[in-house]
Amino acid sequence: MPKLTLRRPSLRALTLPALSFLLAMFFGGLLISFSDSTVLKHIGHPIAFVKAAGVAVWQSYLALFQGSIYNPSLATPHDSLLAWYPLSETLVSAAPLILAGLAVALAFRAGLFNIGAQGQFIFGSIAASYVGFHFHLPVGLHVVIAIIAAVIAGALWGGLVGLLKARTGAHEVIVTIMLNYVALYFLMWLLGTTAFLRPGRRDPISPDVLPSAKLPLLAGNNYRANLGIFIAIAAAIFVWWLLSRSTWGFRFRAVGANTAAAKTAGISVPFVMTSVMAISGALAGLGGAVHVLGSDFSLTSGTAGNFGFDAITVALLGRAQPMGTVFASLLFGALRAGGGTMQANTSTPIDIVLVIQALVVLFIAAPSVVKWVFRLKNLKTTGELAAKGWNG
Amino acid sequence: MSLELRGITKSFGALVANDGIDLRVETGEIHAILGENGAGKSTLMNIVYGLVAPDSGHILVNDVEKVIKEPSDALASGIGMVHQHFMLVPVFTVAENIVLGHEKSGFAGRLDLNDVRARIKEVSDRFNFDVNPDDLIEGLPVGVQQRVEIIRALIYDAKVLILDEPTAVLTPQETDDLLKIMKELKNQGTSIIFITHKLREVKAVADRITIIRRGKVVGNASPDASQDELASLMVGRPVELVPKKNPHPIGSAILAVKDLTIRDITGRPLVNKVNFDVKAGEVLAIAGVQGNGQSEVARAMVNLESHVEGSIVLDGKEIIGLSVRDSLREGIAFVPESRELDGLIASMSIAENLILDLHDMPPYAKGIQMSPATVLSEAEKRKVEFDIRLQSVQDPISSLSGGNKQKVVLARELSRPVKMLVASQPTRGLDVGSIEFVHKRILDERDAGRAVILFSTELDEVLALADRIAVMYRGEILAIVPAGVSAQELGLLMAGVVHA
Repeated sequence: MPKLTLRRPSLRALTLPALSFLLAMFFGGLLISFSDSTVLKHIGHPIAFVKAAGVAVWQSYLALFQGSIYNPSLATPHDSLLAWYPLSETLVSAAPLILAGLAVALAFRAGLFNIGAQGQFIFGSIAASYVGFHFHLPVGLHVVIAIIAAVIAGALWGGLVGLLKARTGAHEVIVTIMLNYVALYFLMWLLGTTAFLRPGRRDPISPDVLPSAKLPLLAGNNYRANLGIFIAIAAAIFVWWLLSRSTWGFRFRAVGANTAAAKTAGISVPFVMTSVMAISGALAGLGGAVHVLGSDFSLTSGTAGNFGFDAITVALLGRAQPMGTVFASLLFGALRAGGGTMQANTSTPIDIVLVIQALVVLFIAAPSVVKWVFRLKNLKTTGELAAKGWNG
Repeated sequence: MSLELRGITKSFGALVANDGIDLRVETGEIHAILGENGAGKSTLMNIVYGLVAPDSGHILVNDVEKVIKEPSDALASGIGMVHQHFMLVPVFTVAENIVLGHEKSGFAGRLDLNDVRARIKEVSDRFNFDVNPDDLIEGLPVGVQQRVEIIRALIYDAKVLILDEPTAVLTPQETDDLLKIMKELKNQGTSIIFITHKLREVKAVADRITIIRRGKVVGNASPDASQDELASLMVGRPVELVPKKNPHPIGSAILAVKDLTIRDITGRPLVNKVNFDVKAGEVLAIAGVQGNGQSEVARAMVNLESHVEGSIVLDGKEIIGLSVRDSLREGIAFVPESRELDGLIASMSIAENLILDLHDMPPYAKGIQMSPATVLSEAEKRKVEFDIRLQSVQDPISSLSGGNKQKVVLARELSRPVKMLVASQPTRGLDVGSIEFVHKRILDERDAGRAVILFSTELDEVLALADRIAVMYRGEILAIVPAGVSAQELGLLMAGVVHA
């Protein structure tokens, strides 16, 4: 009897990302120690040095935890649940990242390197924001229309890349990098127009979206956690279904793994390239919507932050698998949320978070380092994922 | 120099690749090692060359035991190897490739190639290699690239030369040239270990033959043994080398190709005004040396070529300009020339590769929702029907041997309603057992009344299967001859010689 699964899930696939993270935390710890002036005072005395370093690292990582998941000192006598406030912040920053990460992961699987999640994210934010502040629509409908507008805007911006690649052979990496600039400067120009300028302000910031266009909050007004995280998880399930259970995803994977064989078997490669980039763009655009309608509410030139670029990292960390991308984004969301607390509570600068993020990626891309450190022999290495999109 | 192997054993997990192999190669002999794909030939040679460490066993050179841990040890002992896939840098010249790893600096650190150039010239002249040290590798034909590999081994003093499936990548002419070169090397005292599964070549050059099956030496033979004897030793059962072809009524034309011209991207014609037709129940072989336009004609049959003029009428319908998908669904089964590049997707499962063409049709999909259970159960049926040897249909296709991979391609292409089979080099790189299967399957299609076009560079294959043979030369069909033509005559036609 054949089993019902086409792809056997593997716990071993988690080994490399987990060990890479551990190793990155270790090197992060070294950096914390060597950048802490109290620790450095003991540099002449090995035992005292290690002790001081241990304390500094412990405090920093504790603050990171308290800033991202649970902080008992936030609890009040009336509301002990407030200690979970940091977790809400983690979810808020993870949701848009999951969506942008899914955009990159999906394109990866079809053999395309979508560096343009940032631009697609920006277009999604613009569309969601404009619908959100300009139109007056009933509660419920308003937020739905705003989201749909963002999805369409992202899909068009991403689909354009696929169309250019399919029709002219233009490399998607170059095109998306350029389109990121176009999107950013288009946003900055828009913010100077009367349609987008907030009344009474002269600096480039748009009006807040109307309350009817905001994503519903999940846990009351004390927390910023909103429906966005569920939208993101639903999108991840959708991408999983698309890739492993739908004819479209079958084609995406076929073209991604061997374009010539897919073409020979009658799969239309131009159509796959255009459609996968459109869906990818739609996901990133949805990320923009979740960000603007869920937590930022207004547009500025920095609206997209680093979401579109971190998206590449989380997709890589998540092995271009939908659920992997979700977990990687939650991790990055936590690092981002906790970094501020760590900087405020200890003398460790927030930049250490960026170092840890960068190291995780470095180790994933160079699995032999991880294998060597942990003396692993049979670890499956899929470092090729990082470089794959470039030769297309 | 003699080389002796004693009790070489090597296992990979549960698989015993080499099981106590004994072998002795004398000075100045060509010793063929014959075996099917996966019999353990390559593992054995990789052990001799220091690429793989044996679990046990001894290697003796001139009756003195040698420890060979790395290729450099092998080279130092006088053992050289030419791999099936060449180890050459395409953008370097012949001399630069050969000097790689042994560079000498001249004035101010400049790379000094004068020495090596002279030695290449010397070796090339001695054996009539016709290799110019200053040619770029990427501009050289495959046969010449192989000679560069041989020169490299000779220059570094190889006395025993291992050739791993050297003819797999060569055209018939290049193969003949290589066999001549091997004899010449032997006459000048070099011992050659010739790894192959091609019986004709073995009989042509070998002094002694050792047959390996499933990691064990199953016999020795002299070159006088018949091809049938060798084949049955190799496969372990009697084999039909020349498939039985029943006389068969030929029907009306299924395919008519008129004035087919195919251009490359610059507008230069690769195929020039080709005309032929194929009838139901007939095998038309399109023979020719690689690179005379056959590949393009084959690809044009399913609209994989983009600059095409003329007409291709299948069963009364013009098919030029259709999409690949629609061409296939008009009833063409297409076995592409390269199964690895165009036929299969290495990282996808066997079951998925079996439905690359029909993945969006019932019963595999309803709308855009696929049915994994059906995909798997249908794959199980194909596995039985086409005798695909596999552990699980969910394994990646890359876990299969070449023969089984080709069976997957055939199983996929012949599971649609088919009017015509287009098979391009269908047995390239396959072992005897798989070739037998593929040939039988092609004749089955013919006997079932389908039109078959067989594109092949193998003379034996063309002669064994074809009802008519069209010979292509420089983009044109030189002649269409009946099946009874002699191998010699066909060979001449393939070389472009038409005589009255």
